[in-house]
Amino acid sequence: MPEITIIDEIVDNYNDVKTPLIYILKDVQKEFGYLSDNVLTRVAKKTKIPLSDIYGVATFYSLFTTKEKGKYIIRCCNNAPCHVNGSKEVLDKTKEYLGIDFGETTKNKIFTLEFTSCLGICAVAPVMMVNDDVYGNLTPEKAVAILKDYKLKGTSNV
Amino acid sequence: MYRIHILLAMDSHTIAQGSREVKEALIRDLALAGISDEVKIVETGSLGISNKGVVLVVFPDEVYYVNVTANDIPDIISEHLIKGRIVERLHYKKAAVEKGGEKKDERLGKQVRVVLKNAGIIDPQSIEEYIAEDGYEALGHAVTEMTPEQVRDEVKKSGLQGRGGAFFPAGIKWDFAAGTEADQKYIICNADEGEPGTFKDRLILEGDPHSIVEGMALAGYAVGATKGYVYIRGEYRMSIEHVQIAIDSARKNGLLGQGIFASDFDFDLEIREGAGAYICGEETALIESIEGRRGEPRDKPPFPPAEGLWGKPTVVNNVETLANIPQIILKGAKWYRSFGTEKSPGTKVFTMVGNINNPGLIEVPMGITLREIIYNIGGGIPNGKGFLLAQMGGTTGGILTEEHLDLPMTVETLRGIGAGLGSGALLVVDDSQCPVDLVKNFVEFFNHESCGKCTLCREGTGRLHELLSRLTSGRGEEKDIELVEVLSSTMMRGAFCGLGQAAPVPILGCLRYFKDVFIRHASEHVCAANKCEMEAVAETIAA
Repeated sequence: MPEITIIDEIVDNYNDVKTPLIYILKDVQKEFGYLSDNVLTRVAKKTKIPLSDIYGVATFYSLFTTKEKGKYIIRCCNNAPCHVNGSKEVLDKTKEYLGIDFGETTKNKIFTLEFTSCLGICAVAPVMMVNDDVYGNLTPEKAVAILKDYKLKGTSNV
Repeated sequence: MYRIHILLAMDSHTIAQGSREVKEALIRDLALAGISDEVKIVETGSLGISNKGVVLVVFPDEVYYVNVTANDIPDIISEHLIKGRIVERLHYKKAAVEKGGEKKDERLGKQVRVVLKNAGIIDPQSIEEYIAEDGYEALGHAVTEMTPEQVRDEVKKSGLQGRGGAFFPAGIKWDFAAGTEADQKYIICNADEGEPGTFKDRLILEGDPHSIVEGMALAGYAVGATKGYVYIRGEYRMSIEHVQIAIDSARKNGLLGQGIFASDFDFDLEIREGAGAYICGEETALIESIEGRRGEPRDKPPFPPAEGLWGKPTVVNNVETLANIPQIILKGAKWYRSFGTEKSPGTKVFTMVGNINNPGLIEVPMGITLREIIYNIGGGIPNGKGFLLAQMGGTTGGILTEEHLDLPMTVETLRGIGAGLGSGALLVVDDSQCPVDLVKNFVEFFNHESCGKCTLCREGTGRLHELLSRLTSGRGEEKDIELVEVLSSTMMRGAFCGLGQAAPVPILGCLRYFKDVFIRHASEHVCAANKCEMEAVAETIAA
């Protein structure tokens, strides 16, 4: 099975690195989009680390996901510096526009809505990230305009 | 030779505001004007101006332009670069900052750059530029002319305290590790900066990564470690990239690896990426994470200098701490002590965020007052609003109000009022905000970031969240306030690590100074600032 080969190759890439589990999971997630039970089982077998430990790691860190997500992951910040600059209005509008709550994915698998921890660009608060792109000085209107662009992109070339 | 150098700030703030597009426009329009070979574009770290869009400086004139867009580039080229006339509509009159204590500043008087001396001045991806600013001179001097003990002594004499938030004397930490016998020791740079409102480490990593490489090598020499790890949070892509380039070029130039400066000192570095967990900023949780496990804090003692990474003696230092080291070795403890106060020597990097006119990064001597930071350097509070409170040190930081505006910001004065400098994040909150709503926001954060290891923190943050939600939705009673107080002080005394112990600090701080506001929320169900949605919930209950 190619899935097994891919995972085994990823694990072998880290033969020279001491305790590389987090790197392995990052690469595996990049390859498959998320960390499914099957994938984690293979990682456990290949690395000889108990599956329970691996599952513990996969569910501990926020950059890992064990569920399938949308094409665009929207990460909104609601930490205090964003909060006092009006992030709540932005979050409410974003939820309303997408019709989903935080932690959910739209039915067409285009958007997943999440919170992010502080991105360290508080001078342009409130901020959000869509995949790797960062947007600052948001207002509810600006957030919707950004999401409209992604919606257009996401539905035209799925 | 280039006639003109353009320094373009390429940090996370300016990229979010379009600096990449401006760079493309510059390259294109310089070629159109036929002067590509006269002008060199240098990508640099933050220039210290964070909310004024894309920032660039034209040298040798040292003219700062802000809010630059791609459409402005033809004007800058035809007016300034060709005709020598400043484009006034984009011009920003920035007062020079004192660099390494040499240049006196007039308008911003208090800013001094020790840690940030290169950030926004050199190209962070060029080892040559770092070396041209005396880079690696401290390392060369140390390994060829000083004993490890002398290096530790100099750091001890400087009085440098750890800049991660605990302010433990760095030299003493090094002594512990140096005094432990072992076949292998490690240096870890804690670059898991995740404290809300804090981005000082990010700008050092992005803007002057070699200072960290050099600082770590010096630490390694001082304690007898040959291997170091830079633990950078996974979200900081640009920091990871710049530090990797710095490590590679240092290795290529013989500044890392075997026999550094033809001595018998070997030292090498590796990056380890985090995967998104606030708790990994705690040093033993960080070590667990490098070891490939859930980042849950360990029992202490043993402390890392005795038993750390893979059971070996390990020094964990913060980015800002390490960035101070080369300067201290090069210029001496006495020079370092010329900044700051007797008990809190040196400078401190602060990030000003929240309701403030000039948010961003500043470096000032220890002992500056809150008033000077907020009103002189920070430009005051926007939209004509008043000052409600400030939180110093991140989300677990203490609460400061009007009465503390003239208190000198040092470790000892803040400790005296139950606060601290913490991460150096200064959150300014204006009087249109509600302290109860703010505390609820803090508690949401703690509830999310609690790692779940100890019951008090895991359950305590959850219960606090419930209580605060009651108060902010019009369902609260006065006894809820009492419960918040009891639970907070229990967590403070009983939680396993710093997260659970410090989480109650801002909660109790807000309760101390704004008790009446809490009581009004509880007994009258009124939020005077109109931030809490009292009515919305009252209606749902009625329906």
